[in-house]
Amino acid sequence: MNAVAPMLNLAPLLDVQDVCKSFRKPDGDELVVLEKVNLKLRPGEIVGLLGRSGSGKSTLLRQIAGLDTPSSGVVNYLGHAVLAPASGIAMVFQSFALFPWLTVLENVQLGLEAQGVAEDEMRKRSLQAIDLIGLDGFESAYPRELSGGMRQRVGFARALVVHPNIILMDEPFSALDVLTAETLRGDFLNLWGEGQLPIKAVLLVTHNIEEAVQMCDRLLIFSSNPGRVISEIGIELPQPRHTQDPRVRALIDRVYVEMTARPRGEVRTGPKERFPGTGIGTVLTHVSSNVLTGLIEAVSAPPYNGKADLPVIAEEQHLEVDELFPAAEALQLLRLAEVEGGDIRLTDAGREFARGETDERKKLFARHLITYVPLAAHIRRVLDERASHSAPKSRFFDELEDYMAEDAAEQTLRTIVSWGRYAEAFAYDDHAQAFSLENPA
Amino acid sequence: MRFERLPIAVLRTRYVPGGWDLLAFALVFVFFIYCAQAAHGLTGSLARLQATPISLDPTALFGYSARTALRMVLAMLASLLFTFTYATLCAKSHRAEVILVPLLDFLQSVPILGFSFTILFFLQLTPGRVAGAELAAIFLIFTSQAWNMAFSFYHSLRSIPDEMVEAARNFQLSPWMRFWRLEVPFAMPALIWNMMVSMSGGWFFLVFSEAITVGHTTVSLPGVGSYIALAIEQKSLAAIGWAIAAMFVVILAFDQLLFRPLMASADWFRLEQEAGFTPSHSWALTMMRRSSLLRFLSSGFAYLLHAGVKPVAVWGAAGPRPPAVWRSRRLDYAWYTVLILIGIGAVWKIAWFVLSEVQLAEIGRVLLYGLITLVRVSVLIALASLVWVPIGVWVGLRPRVASVVQPIAQFLAAFPANLFFPIVVSAIVILKLTPDIWLSPLMILGTQWYILFNVIVGASAIAPDLRYAGENLGVRGWLWWRRVALPAVFPFYVTGAITASGGSWNASINAEVAAWGTETVRAHGLGAYIADSTAAGDFQRNVLGIMVLSLLVVTLNRLFWRPLYARAERKFRIS
Repeated sequence: MNAVAPMLNLAPLLDVQDVCKSFRKPDGDELVVLEKVNLKLRPGEIVGLLGRSGSGKSTLLRQIAGLDTPSSGVVNYLGHAVLAPASGIAMVFQSFALFPWLTVLENVQLGLEAQGVAEDEMRKRSLQAIDLIGLDGFESAYPRELSGGMRQRVGFARALVVHPNIILMDEPFSALDVLTAETLRGDFLNLWGEGQLPIKAVLLVTHNIEEAVQMCDRLLIFSSNPGRVISEIGIELPQPRHTQDPRVRALIDRVYVEMTARPRGEVRTGPKERFPGTGIGTVLTHVSSNVLTGLIEAVSAPPYNGKADLPVIAEEQHLEVDELFPAAEALQLLRLAEVEGGDIRLTDAGREFARGETDERKKLFARHLITYVPLAAHIRRVLDERASHSAPKSRFFDELEDYMAEDAAEQTLRTIVSWGRYAEAFAYDDHAQAFSLENPA
Repeated sequence: MRFERLPIAVLRTRYVPGGWDLLAFALVFVFFIYCAQAAHGLTGSLARLQATPISLDPTALFGYSARTALRMVLAMLASLLFTFTYATLCAKSHRAEVILVPLLDFLQSVPILGFSFTILFFLQLTPGRVAGAELAAIFLIFTSQAWNMAFSFYHSLRSIPDEMVEAARNFQLSPWMRFWRLEVPFAMPALIWNMMVSMSGGWFFLVFSEAITVGHTTVSLPGVGSYIALAIEQKSLAAIGWAIAAMFVVILAFDQLLFRPLMASADWFRLEQEAGFTPSHSWALTMMRRSSLLRFLSSGFAYLLHAGVKPVAVWGAAGPRPPAVWRSRRLDYAWYTVLILIGIGAVWKIAWFVLSEVQLAEIGRVLLYGLITLVRVSVLIALASLVWVPIGVWVGLRPRVASVVQPIAQFLAAFPANLFFPIVVSAIVILKLTPDIWLSPLMILGTQWYILFNVIVGASAIAPDLRYAGENLGVRGWLWWRRVALPAVFPFYVTGAITASGGSWNASINAEVAAWGTETVRAHGLGAYIADSTAAGDFQRNVLGIMVLSLLVVTLNRLFWRPLYARAERKFRIS
């Protein structure tokens, strides 16, 4: 742990203590989404929450915003527990969440209107915020008339105008194209650096590692299933931070290493067990076989020749963390690659796969699928045993639900269907909602 | 910036009256005059109303049209009020939802005649005054308008994107502000479409709601409906023609002055432009936007509403959560128990009430009637589909034709079946046809258009790329229909067919007994049974018939239409 403490002398604005979130499944078991999360946010800080989807970081953000309540633990804002949306905490949304029937000005005024601010004051502050965020001249435009970048500027202005102490950002740049995101991020950091923003601290949820390193003073890295903080990295580099700067690169590498590290305290069941929980209850994140083959091909090709740095390959393949990690993990699960220390390395089978033609690849994939993915093996066994060689989806869905939440089970089945189809290991008829052995001729 | 508080309309434009203003001025004041005249009749005494019978003089139709239109508008306002309260309650409270939503489902299937007994209640409310009868008529129109609007609103409230709801909560909008700023605007496009459908429904049953006969009580309120009823009784073809003309004008006025502008402004409420979506145009909306007079009036109104929002916004700001006891599971169970007990009590009461008059054998016969009507509805929907699906696809692929056909279909949907009685009854009597077969087309008369509407919308939404791909691959003829057109419009078709089927059940009452002068033609069926029992004032049989009809409609929806719709949604969705 290497927490920076630029403002340790100041009392935290926000103090998250031992926050847990769990859901009760139909069979009465608990499903833990967030586990004992602690976090302090001090004035002057931008803190990033970094993790994959399913790590509960958005859930945590919503708890801080008062939109959701923790199952246990407490979120303290200025010494008071947050139970409902608080006045000093404003949020910026991934999808912008603007009201399409209101003009830019009306959208920005919304929060002030709700507070009952006088008309003159409201108009003055809104125009100021619009000015500050670079929306001058667009006051009477409707959101539909604006580009994505301009829409998110409205989102920022709407949050800033209420003069909150804290702004919560839920992946605010992820719906924008790379260039627009860069510009908006830069503008925001400039205003923040110049002290022009009427806010004291920022909490940013993201799955973009570069963005996190560029923007934040401190990073909390989340693991998934259940979501918990696995490490904390303090960043003391001065702004602006260019991605080509070697110190920035080194930090990005370090974050990759932390994110691919095995969670502490995990039991290793064998020398080759590198994947957590390998029963049929493993949640499978959906990765298309196209992405899998693409990644194998990229890693096997020169200059990597079978071993690549994850950040480098991510940049080259234009893969977001949200796609890269699940893909790497899927290859690891299938024993086609190993991931450790921020590197991905093809196994012998992985190299063979890269060399093979379509048919050989499919055969190899099928063999590994049935051998190493227990759910695939289970489905295949059931289909083989039945005289009809078919089985309804609900049969496996019910089994999975003993281990995971409904949407996770749905996703896992979707993944196995897609992999099974690619491997031609079994067929699935969505219309009849049934697995079978027969492939249409 | 001293002018900040003035409405935008005053700030931005110079007040110079233009051509649009003159038109707007004339329309606004003609509207006020008509309202005043029509409202005048409300306060009169019932005796005087019955002393001045309906006149078949065409000039009388001016006044009648105004009164009918006013009733329609009042019923529409009542429906909106109902929608905003009932549907909101359903969407906000799970405990209310469990009972109110199924209740709405049943109410929707109860035909307008099922409510006609309420006239006795309304007449007693204001003894000897016309107001009671007017209220009854408005209530009857309301019952043919409100339910699908409420459903649409409820559905919209439940499908607001999560992040928008979260934004509203994060910025601490009071419930009142959230309703007007988020929920109502979001629901608007669907609600407006349903208002149009409701309006057509109101016209279709107009005769029933204005010329009310329950047992010995007969009231004929001045209006187009009563005019039609009298024209049929007196076999006056000329009067039928005048009534059609009057209806045409009023429906056209509603369309041009109310629904077109609403549709065009609803485009602002859409989240994104959908594929195949062409923005609507409305001269009336253009007039409202271009005319400084109307803009001044409307912005003044908006300003008032705006000002009115504020105090509520302050006291209504995000309050503390309700205590844990209120949210507990036990209270849920207690509530369900109460509901179940009420349900048992109600069933007991109904059974006791109906069986006091009706033999068990008759219940069997009513069920049989239900099956006959079921066969009729099914065959008609199938026939209408065979006709309108190909035509709808053809029209939908040609935007110019579609823009002409759609308003016509809309007008035809509003056309009361009674207006066709002369033709059908005469034909049946002269040609000695079987009423059981030849009365049936009347059932689908108003409702088949929903199939056409929806198929047109579906066909115009087919992505151009799909069509080009089809052409590129040389897909033609029957293969094209099977692989391209029919799958693409299927979900839309199902939506239309559900509306058409529900409407046909209700219309059976209007269609299975048809009269022209002294000539009455009757088919066997549930609709005829209900119509007869209402005319005879036989409350028990009326309740029995309506119950059977509701049960059949709701069962059919649950067992057939809903699964079909779910399947269409799953199978033909791209992502």
